[in-house]
Amino acid sequence: MSHSANGMVNYLNHDKGIKSWLFTLDHKRIGIMYLVAVSLAFLAGGILALLVRIELLAPGETIMSADAYNQSFTLHAVLMIFAFIIPAIPAVMGNFALPIQLGAKDVAFPRLNLASFYIYLIGAAIAMSALIVGRIDGGWTFYTPYSTSIGDGILFVTAGVFVMGFSSILTGLNFIVTVHKMRAPGLTWNRLPLFIWSIYATSIVQVLATPVIGITVLLLFLEKAFQIGIFDPALGGDPVLFQHFFWFYSHPAVYIMILPAFGVVSDLMGTFSRHQVSGYKFVALSSVAIAFLGFLVWGHHMFVSGQSAVSSVVFSLITYLIGIPTGVKVINWVQTMYKGSVQFKSPMLYAIMFLFTFSIGGFTGIMLGVLAIDIHLHDTYFVVAHFHYVMMGGNVIAALGGLHYWWPKMTGKLYNETQAKIAAFLVFFGFNLTFFPQFIMGAQGMPRRYYDYLPQYEGYHQLSTYGSWVLGVGLFLIAYYLLVSVFKGKKAGLNPWGALTLEWTHTTTPPDHHNFLETPVVTRGAYDFHLARHLFEHGGEVTELEGMGDGASTLPETPATEDATV
Amino acid sequence: MSTPHSDQPAHVKHYFVSSEQQFDAAKMGMWLFLVTEILLFSGMFVAYTIYRSWHPETWAALSTALDWKLGGLNTIVLLGSSFTVALGIHHIQKGNKKGLIINLILTFLFAGVFLVVKYFEYSAKIEHGLLPGAAFDPHGISYGFDYATYNVPYGPQFFSIYFVMTGIHGFHVLVGMGLFAWITRKAIRGDFSAEYYTPVENCGLYWHLVDIIWIFLFPLLYLI
Repeated sequence: MSHSANGMVNYLNHDKGIKSWLFTLDHKRIGIMYLVAVSLAFLAGGILALLVRIELLAPGETIMSADAYNQSFTLHAVLMIFAFIIPAIPAVMGNFALPIQLGAKDVAFPRLNLASFYIYLIGAAIAMSALIVGRIDGGWTFYTPYSTSIGDGILFVTAGVFVMGFSSILTGLNFIVTVHKMRAPGLTWNRLPLFIWSIYATSIVQVLATPVIGITVLLLFLEKAFQIGIFDPALGGDPVLFQHFFWFYSHPAVYIMILPAFGVVSDLMGTFSRHQVSGYKFVALSSVAIAFLGFLVWGHHMFVSGQSAVSSVVFSLITYLIGIPTGVKVINWVQTMYKGSVQFKSPMLYAIMFLFTFSIGGFTGIMLGVLAIDIHLHDTYFVVAHFHYVMMGGNVIAALGGLHYWWPKMTGKLYNETQAKIAAFLVFFGFNLTFFPQFIMGAQGMPRRYYDYLPQYEGYHQLSTYGSWVLGVGLFLIAYYLLVSVFKGKKAGLNPWGALTLEWTHTTTPPDHHNFLETPVVTRGAYDFHLARHLFEHGGEVTELEGMGDGASTLPETPATEDATV
Repeated sequence: MSTPHSDQPAHVKHYFVSSEQQFDAAKMGMWLFLVTEILLFSGMFVAYTIYRSWHPETWAALSTALDWKLGGLNTIVLLGSSFTVALGIHHIQKGNKKGLIINLILTFLFAGVFLVVKYFEYSAKIEHGLLPGAAFDPHGISYGFDYATYNVPYGPQFFSIYFVMTGIHGFHVLVGMGLFAWITRKAIRGDFSAEYYTPVENCGLYWHLVDIIWIFLFPLLYLI
């Protein structure tokens, strides 16, 4: 059977039927299944967020009771963090793109990969069932003794988090081994796409930190179920120990969330600036540095929890250190654009958006790491705004950029670029309108998680709620035109962006079931755009998109026909 | 469509280039998994260390409530099982399938003995109310010893940590028995040879970890 002649047979259509999806071992299909699952989690978490914002439109009861409000923001947080942000980029785009970028036929353990998907689904289902059992409360941090004093819903949430943690561990383990053992000939560490570097760093954190949250929520579960008295002060336990355990995972976990975003942005910056990413080695190794330092700063969540002053000072200082590798990245991204010829395609718009929103989130993070300031800002909306600028403005914006970037490769279809640009603007505007007022009211003393507030904060809350509607419209518009593109979109070329990583240069669109017809041999770095003219001079189809600028719009035939002697 | 690597041995999956690559990948994956296991237990070791340093007198008093003879017996049993599984791998590396099967069955039996001993230990604790947390209620007299003397402050924390740590360890032993049953069946079916014994190697690695965790648990809980 000839795959290469017209590219008609690909991973999407080589086998049909629901079973061929549910039991697939193909990393690309597993990635697509993750995409569907995390999108649903994002939808559920997003609707809860909109409800929370509507409730806060005016002081007092607006649309729901205080109890329903507490449940809504708690489930919003649990779903968004454990069921959406943590798996979003690694499990969707990592699964889809990582093996192809490595020139491998699959991940090292495909069956484990499928298992981790189902473990994720089971965990998410258990966590969701807390809704039915009722009364979950206290946010995603589950601080004891409050969390063990409320209803049984917490048992389901902790069990769900425990199970989803296994999924995260198995994905990380799989990627580490894949990066180490499955690279194509010639693909040295210094030639790896930066997306791989950051997913690799993420995986290390996933493997090393997640077991700790596993044992923590297990102990919490036992505390609730059997009153074992490890965390509950009424039984002689220590609630601060819970906070140490929790943050020992959950601070590294925010790097599980943000490091993959760095990778996506690095790839986007290189590709759409048509330029080698500046300071490649620094950008690559700063991911590893962040992964390492991320383990040493958990105490900055506990400045007001009664840990010793010495600990607080040390944690505060190490927190500042994280700003260095992060700053290295931001400066190099800007430098890449400065030296490149930037194309404002929709994925690049998200990358630039990321620079703004993430930088604000990062800087306010350093502010919160300052001991004296943190005492004032602790548990206010300032923290909420900082967190959302990093998580939503960092991870989600980058995930949207990555989704727009890989979408043509995943589906073989182009989305409507004009609608994409409108949506990108709505997301940017709506996001800032939602969260910037929260910095101001937080600095003025509005506490986080409160159901009711003083009239002086009403204006800020209203701005924030209106912003959330704009943001919601933008996100629904994205969902709309992406779904339309699947059915009605123009056919995507092999390499609509003129990118240089293997998934664009050496596979069909959508990729073949086995990724490559011939194992690629890599002879250059991932961003050697100065070689673009040489790389693409063999002719082949010309992409429909105009304005590629430097001659990169001509694309090679599939490598099999070009290089039959290998 | 032809299979891409038809010249490879049957056990090599199509997405691997060679048998060595597959073996290395599997072994690296297993080592990473063992790291996660160590971190899972590390949380409990931290809890142990903290409560011990806060209440050393409780720990000194209550460690005598654990039967060091039974714990010591279990240590010997587990060390024996680690030896037999290593011997099994040695045999299959030489191509001796029968030696592998015998040693796998012995390992399985040792693991079973460990759990039986554990069962008797747990029963004795439960009988005298030496239980975790809120259920802690030492009572009863046995061999002229009054268990009520174990009713000291922070005693519940000691038994919480004892039951959680040995319970999770015991769960790992149970999983190990399942694994050994599975690979014994594969070995009897003739799946393994001197060229291919990756699952045996990886189950062996897992078993050594279960063993070494017990090596730490035994002195920390029973002896000091």
